Amino acid sequence: MAPIAPRSGDAVFANVERVNAELFTLTYGAVVRQLLTDLEEVEEVNKQLDQMGYNIGIRLIDEFLAKSNVSRCVDFKETAEVIAKVGFKMFLGVSASVTNWDADGTCCSLILEDNPLVDFVELPDTCQGLYYCNVLSGVIRGALEMVSMKTEVTWVRDMLRGDDAYELKVKLLKQVPEEYPYKDDE
Amino acid sequence: MGREVSESCVDNLIIEMVSAYCNRFYESKPDLAARRIEAIGYQVGLQLSERYTMERPRFTDHLEAIKFICKDFWSEVFKKQIDNLKTNHRGTFVLQDNRFRWLTRMSVDTNQTNTDSSLDTAENKETQSASMHLYFPCGIIRGALTSLGIPCAVSADMSNLPACSFVVRIKV
Repeated sequence: MAPIAPRSGDAVFANVERVNAELFTLTYGAVVRQLLTDLEEVEEVNKQLDQMGYNIGIRLIDEFLAKSNVSRCVDFKETAEVIAKVGFKMFLGVSASVTNWDADGTCCSLILEDNPLVDFVELPDTCQGLYYCNVLSGVIRGALEMVSMKTEVTWVRDMLRGDDAYELKVKLLKQVPEEYPYKDDE
Repeated sequence: MGREVSESCVDNLIIEMVSAYCNRFYESKPDLAARRIEAIGYQVGLQLSERYTMERPRFTDHLEAIKFICKDFWSEVFKKQIDNLKTNHRGTFVLQDNRFRWLTRMSVDTNQTNTDSSLDTAENKETQSASMHLYFPCGIIRGALTSLGIPCAVSADMSNLPACSFVVRIKV
């Protein structure tokens, strides 16, 4: 039997259970709001959003691999494209684009122009320094760690802070080969 | 239909939110965790209800508002309507969802003869976790009704899984 071809982001998204984005947008907003009330410090909220994203990412990768049928990525360039075109699309319903590759192909930017997390959102002046969408950086970091890539994900541009797009810098720090807890018998 | 996201986005966000509040922020204070989770739900319910009723005239009485929650509101949020509505005609309503969507992803054993809460068995933890999750939809209902001018208290009853009942007590 021929191997099953990987599905496009659109195809996967069309086949998953979907809900009104409003519920998601408002729930996320309520969570951020409550975190700001309870934790008070914007830096702490940024940290917790990243941690929550990480915890979500380490689970989301399973669903991603199961539903998208992508085969092992050849290199980090392919990984980034897959995240942008399939990953973002099948969960958030929007695709991202990949640009700004560095010379050795270990660092790039993911650009999101349309972002369901931020529909109807405006940041008050009291939230200077808040990375509202920080859950996304955690999700990417967590998901990639589960497929043996240690990365650093940081924000370059943030529309809620006045920029014209959302830009995440994704830097591959280390590719950790999978370790098996037993030795091969030769 | 407006913009959509995958359902797993919502599921995962809620699961992680409950986990963060129960296991990280208020680890030994489940009451506080519960109140925060309910507060988050309240905010969501308030805003959703405002959006869903923008173009409607105000509801004429409590029953009409509750029916709105059971039909239109529940459909928007959970893709189905409430299956059964009961009332004592004295301000208490019981909304029963025979297959509550958010609980279908959790396995909970409620056939426990031992209700000793000092026993931290796996089943106890699962039941606790499910009941913590239910504070979120309780808050949503309370927020939605509050935005319709009906202050109330909402609790959940999951003794009959996968059905879940939400008990609404309207404050006079």
